[in-house]
Amino acid sequence: MNRLISSLAFVAAVTAGSIVPLPASGQGEVNVYTTREPKLIQPLFDLFTKNTGVKVNAIFIEKGMAERVAAEGANSPADIMMSVDIGNVLDGVARGVTQGVQSEALAAAVPANLRDKDGHWFALSLRARLIYVSNDRVKDKALNYADLADPKWKGKVCIRSGQHPYNTALIAAYIHHYGSAKAEEWLKGVKANLARKPAGGDREVARDILGGVCDIGVANSYYVGLMRGGSNEDQKKWGAAINTIMPTFPGGGTHVNISGASVAKNAPNKANAVKLLEFLVSNEAQAAYAKVNYEYPVRPSAQLDPIIAALGTLKTDQIDLTAIAKNRKQASELVDKVGFDQ
Amino acid sequence: MLRAFRNSGTPGWTLAAILAAAIVVSPIVALVAIASQGSGDLWPQLTAYVLPSAAINTGILLLGVGLLTGVVGVGTAWLVSTTEFPGRKVFDWALLLPLAIPTYILAYAYLDILHPLGPIQSALRALLGLSDPRSLYFPEIRSMGGVIFLLGFVLYPYVYLAARASFLMQSATALEAARILGAGRFEILFRVALPLARPAIVVGVTLALLEALNDIAATEFLGVRTLTIAIYSTWLNRSSLPGAAQISLFMLAIVTLLFLMERWARRHQRFFASGKRVQPPSPVPLDRLKAFGAIAACALPLAIGFLAPFAYLAEQAVRKLTSGGVSPMIWRETFNTVLYAGIATLFTLVVGLAIAYALRADKSGFASPASRVASIGYAIPGTVLAVGLLWPLAAFDNSVDAALRQWFGVSTGLLISGSGAALVLAYTIRFLAMSINATEAGYTKISENIDHAARSLGESSFGTLRKIHLPMLRPALGAAAILVFVDCMKELPATLMLRPFGVETLATHIYAEAVRGTYEDGSVAAILIVLAGLVPVVMLARVSRPAITPSTISS
Repeated sequence: MNRLISSLAFVAAVTAGSIVPLPASGQGEVNVYTTREPKLIQPLFDLFTKNTGVKVNAIFIEKGMAERVAAEGANSPADIMMSVDIGNVLDGVARGVTQGVQSEALAAAVPANLRDKDGHWFALSLRARLIYVSNDRVKDKALNYADLADPKWKGKVCIRSGQHPYNTALIAAYIHHYGSAKAEEWLKGVKANLARKPAGGDREVARDILGGVCDIGVANSYYVGLMRGGSNEDQKKWGAAINTIMPTFPGGGTHVNISGASVAKNAPNKANAVKLLEFLVSNEAQAAYAKVNYEYPVRPSAQLDPIIAALGTLKTDQIDLTAIAKNRKQASELVDKVGFDQ
Repeated sequence: MLRAFRNSGTPGWTLAAILAAAIVVSPIVALVAIASQGSGDLWPQLTAYVLPSAAINTGILLLGVGLLTGVVGVGTAWLVSTTEFPGRKVFDWALLLPLAIPTYILAYAYLDILHPLGPIQSALRALLGLSDPRSLYFPEIRSMGGVIFLLGFVLYPYVYLAARASFLMQSATALEAARILGAGRFEILFRVALPLARPAIVVGVTLALLEALNDIAATEFLGVRTLTIAIYSTWLNRSSLPGAAQISLFMLAIVTLLFLMERWARRHQRFFASGKRVQPPSPVPLDRLKAFGAIAACALPLAIGFLAPFAYLAEQAVRKLTSGGVSPMIWRETFNTVLYAGIATLFTLVVGLAIAYALRADKSGFASPASRVASIGYAIPGTVLAVGLLWPLAAFDNSVDAALRQWFGVSTGLLISGSGAALVLAYTIRFLAMSINATEAGYTKISENIDHAARSLGESSFGTLRKIHLPMLRPALGAAAILVFVDCMKELPATLMLRPFGVETLATHIYAEAVRGTYEDGSVAAILIVLAGLVPVVMLARVSRPAITPSTISS
């Protein structure tokens, strides 16, 4: 038992020594909670620190970010909450963990349809939901989203889980354009065409096309850049096996989703938080978004990465983003109703 | 008189057990509070389209994993503990190795290994002279069958461990009596050994099933929609935390049922496990053909559950190390992983010991239900536990902070949820059952007469525990410590949600890479987590041999 006591004492000592000090709430820091893996945008944070001297601490909380910030309440260290998908961004606002930010720089850089009028959220980058096709087995040059249900693709379509935010947002937009009855028919049709269970991530679509599992699939635009422009030799082959098509909705626009950010309601470093947001929509950072992560910038003047520019001109669907968030629950229910993931 | 004597020094232990139970139950209370906020019109939709298929999927998954782990675990345990064949001594410990591999890593590795572009199908095509990947039919791993296959071969060690301990403990006389009476080997297995080992096997299978149910990353990644996944989509896609809490509680009820079945099975075993040390049966040498079969039967699960994914990860890690090097953070992450797992293991053991002792010493009737409640944490899926813990912890922190601000003008901030204490608490709650079970089982080997002798010679209850029980319980505690430690290291969902700001572990590192679609970059971390688990697992094989200790997690 003496040993037990001494080991307890040891553990207590180690714990005391290793307990991570809460990020200081003084000058020089900003704390980012993100549902998006922070390494994806680490180069941007590094650039910000270099420019301003403000250190960025980021923690990746994939699920339950808003819940954690809400529970932490007045003592939450969170300054900024970043997430992908408009639905997730608006969830934070609905949860009451954000605050409105008035900033001329933000208002000037981000088009009005890509931010909240009261400053509770701002889009930082855009991504288009594309169709990848096999470049040796598929000759089609133009397709729209509805075509995914065309029986000619039976057994040839790959897609990730219908419950993934990228897909629920797409389905929500489909509901907006066609109505829920047609959306349900469409989902049934797509399901009937599936080559395998909806699973994995977007990159698996390209990989499975190269592997002969499917001929056509749905995936986000920036993965093309990550695969073709990255350092992984396998993934370069996946990226080389596909052509991309920008599918359209009635009206000729392609579905886009956002990555976005809000300032936390109890942000201890609010000034730095606003500074970071303003930096993220600056010309310099927006160009980096495009270059590092192959996304479409929200700032219209920023340049695209050549790999993404080569995919063609993006004409975005003119739907109101909040309409996508509003239809999300229904989209998620339709996915279950048709047994899309089963 | 004896009764009064027993009751004298024990309320402290019972109180400790009740306190532990209260802490374990706090996240469930939080969930009930969240669930009672009401979920609007959610349930008609859920019962119509979600729950039936999710429940059926979960049922099929559990049935499949139960059967596979049962057959593999019992079969290999029978071979290594009752027969003699070349390599048996190695298989004896090596069969436990899959314990070191987290299920999510296994899923990532096997998607790569079995993909049409992966090594196996490529080699097959080369062998058959095919060039088009589509000309070769190969079963798809992204399916229910695939998930059962993978989980079965990585979780069987729980069954193996329990069954092996049980077979090794079975009295040689019982088995020899059967043999003398003319029973063949299979007859002995099915009519004597298996019925005797049944409670231990049930314990092992239950552990494997709870692990399977808790798994999110692997099942989701491979496209199987279980109840656990339904909780997520309700919470995240329909923005209904109350609805998610309701499904969680529904699932918890099912799991509690499983858990009660497990307790019920253990209850029977107590009857005959508390005997004196028995002569273990001497292994029967197998002839050449049978020995070959035995080697194959033991090598297959080892290869599928450990060697193949390990070799694959090692190859990726070497490639990563030689090409780009590895993040310098990885050592810090390894340290964090071992640190949090280590502290949590110690807490888990101490609390488990207190509860097991309360159970033994206290006859007031409170210790027993308290220990059952304290064991329920194992049945709560990690994320659900994390959500349930968030609120009580943060409420505690914020009220301490507010009070101290008011009285002393100092701010303590997020004392528990902002430090690693939240994580340690989550692990302890989650894995307490393992240590309670092991310690309790260890106690069945210590005659209560020893306690009485010690107490009547003037030793306090704490002194009895310290001087007499602890040395005798050491093997059981050691086995429990190792299992808990390895499980803490592998734990992902609660870690992801509760870890303090600025702390990454190997598990969160791997997951972050996987989320970015670069899991080959996580291979170094994956190898480290497996290696960190290997040493304890090999130790487990030693410590769990009945020659040293008659019990591990079961018996």
